[in-house]
Amino acid sequence: MDQGATAFAILAAILVLVPLLAIFAYLVIKGIGSVNLAFLTQTPKPPGEAGGGMANAIVGTGLILAIASVFGVPLGIGSGIYLAEYGRNRFGDFIRFTADVLNGVPSIVIGIAVYSLIVVRQKHFSAFSGGVALGIMMIPTIARATEEMLLMVPNVVREAAYGLGIPKWRTTLSISLRTASAGVITGCMLAFARVAGETAPLLFTAFGNQFWNLKLNQPTAALSLQVFTYAISPYDEWHKQAWAGALILIVMIVGAVAAVRLTTRGSLKGA
Amino acid sequence: MGVGIEVHGLNAWYGKNLALNSIDMSVPANHVTAVIGPSGCGKSTFVRCLNRMHETIPEAYAEGSVKVGEMDVYGSGSDPVEVRRRIGMVFQKPNPFPTMSIYGNVAAGLKLNGFRNRKQMDELVERSLRLAALWDEVKDNLHKKSGASLSGGQQQRLCIARALAVEPEVLLMDEPASALDPISTSKIEELIFQLKQHYTVVIVTHNMQQAARVAELTGFFLMGSLIEYDKTEKIFTTPADKRTEDYVTGRFG
Ligand SMILES: Nc1ncnc2c1ncn2[C@@H]1O[C@H](COP(=O)(O)OP(=O)(O)O)[C@@H](O)[C@H]1O
Ligand SMILES: [Mg+2]
Repeated sequence: MDQGATAFAILAAILVLVPLLAIFAYLVIKGIGSVNLAFLTQTPKPPGEAGGGMANAIVGTGLILAIASVFGVPLGIGSGIYLAEYGRNRFGDFIRFTADVLNGVPSIVIGIAVYSLIVVRQKHFSAFSGGVALGIMMIPTIARATEEMLLMVPNVVREAAYGLGIPKWRTTLSISLRTASAGVITGCMLAFARVAGETAPLLFTAFGNQFWNLKLNQPTAALSLQVFTYAISPYDEWHKQAWAGALILIVMIVGAVAAVRLTTRGSLKGA
Repeated sequence: MGVGIEVHGLNAWYGKNLALNSIDMSVPANHVTAVIGPSGCGKSTFVRCLNRMHETIPEAYAEGSVKVGEMDVYGSGSDPVEVRRRIGMVFQKPNPFPTMSIYGNVAAGLKLNGFRNRKQMDELVERSLRLAALWDEVKDNLHKKSGASLSGGQQQRLCIARALAVEPEVLLMDEPASALDPISTSKIEELIFQLKQHYTVVIVTHNMQQAARVAELTGFFLMGSLIEYDKTEKIFTTPADKRTEDYVTGRFG
């Protein structure tokens, strides 16, 4: 029995790897041929012309994700702290419910909402509005992960801090959140990876751009948008570049997650 | 130096349940005072009322008068955070901060209260670890090892050092050795004996031999009331109250 269960668990773990590796391998096969220096450093050429690249979209994705994180991470962690440390009441239940609903709202709906709230008012598409749309999508995941991780911090740890005359807010930030940090960071990375490839919420916000733009209030290219546009185009050259763009996007996400993991790994023995 | 504690008419509730019933007790400075009694009689509640930890539990509250030296613990202008800084506490189960180094644990109370002088902090950390009889065992790994990687007995001494580092006037200990092996227990008892030179110590214990070994004074609690409070020797040899006698001779509890 025991051996059977173990064998099944190992098999299941291997089966999980298969689709992931298959997707990655397929992307590499299809896309690697078009990844070259020009692809990484140049902006798109007009349709029909060979060459050109997605440099502006790579930078644009970085810019939009930075805005999303600046906006989504503090709000997500903040509301997670509220839910875990102060939210054992009706209002807390309401916030929890809202977060779960927000998590289920289709991403295109969030795009439309941000369009009418920000883009319509500012009268142009922008990197800022795209970042806000993705940031909103990050909040519920981060909030619930933060809440769960804080609830796992044993109460005796909080009591130890109170007993030293450390105020509650300080205890929450410097003791509880720190104790829960590994899980909270994992939650943030999950949320980040999930929104990094989103296309729909950017359609009416960041909008896309064939040229360089680093201004927050101007339409901005993003890899996911560029891949979408190129993939549905009639040009062979663009199809190849779409594969390459998708490959770069995956590499960027994996790279960002790995970088955060490496820099935040604990340095204590037996921690 | 330690200061004395004067308790008058102290009542404590958990919601609607009265857990302490009109306690009067006078704890002298620089002595070790033990609190004994059967499980559930209110020992923990009593010491947690002395530094206002009691009210951190939802719906728990206390009323009455507690004076620690000049400080009116339940006075109208009194700040519970300040009270807890001046009255240290050691808990039943060792509870080091799991993600912090040994040094980080001892310095936590200082750092998080805004103390910045690095050199003075090093000195306080060393002094506290020496007082807690842990210095020699950890001095080479202060920054490298986490508090959670120590043995149970070492963790508890680390928690004592952590409480001492903020230089409290009183140290409350709630069954500090009940989760430890006999060797660690005797180390902690020895330590308590040393600590009274500098601090007033109140220790909860359900182990009567332990009370007899470390404390000059002992209070016997039963069902939320202080039944008898006297010199330890008197409590264990010629108690005035029948219920105390029954308890210390092992007839119940
Ligand atoms: N967190 C709590 N909530 C409600 N009642 C409690 C709580 N802690 C203790 N009590 C009750 O208060 C009484 C005294 O408990 P306690 O002070 O922990 O006793 P002791 O430390 O002597 O074992 C007991 O009846 C216990 O059930
Ligand atoms: Mg107790």
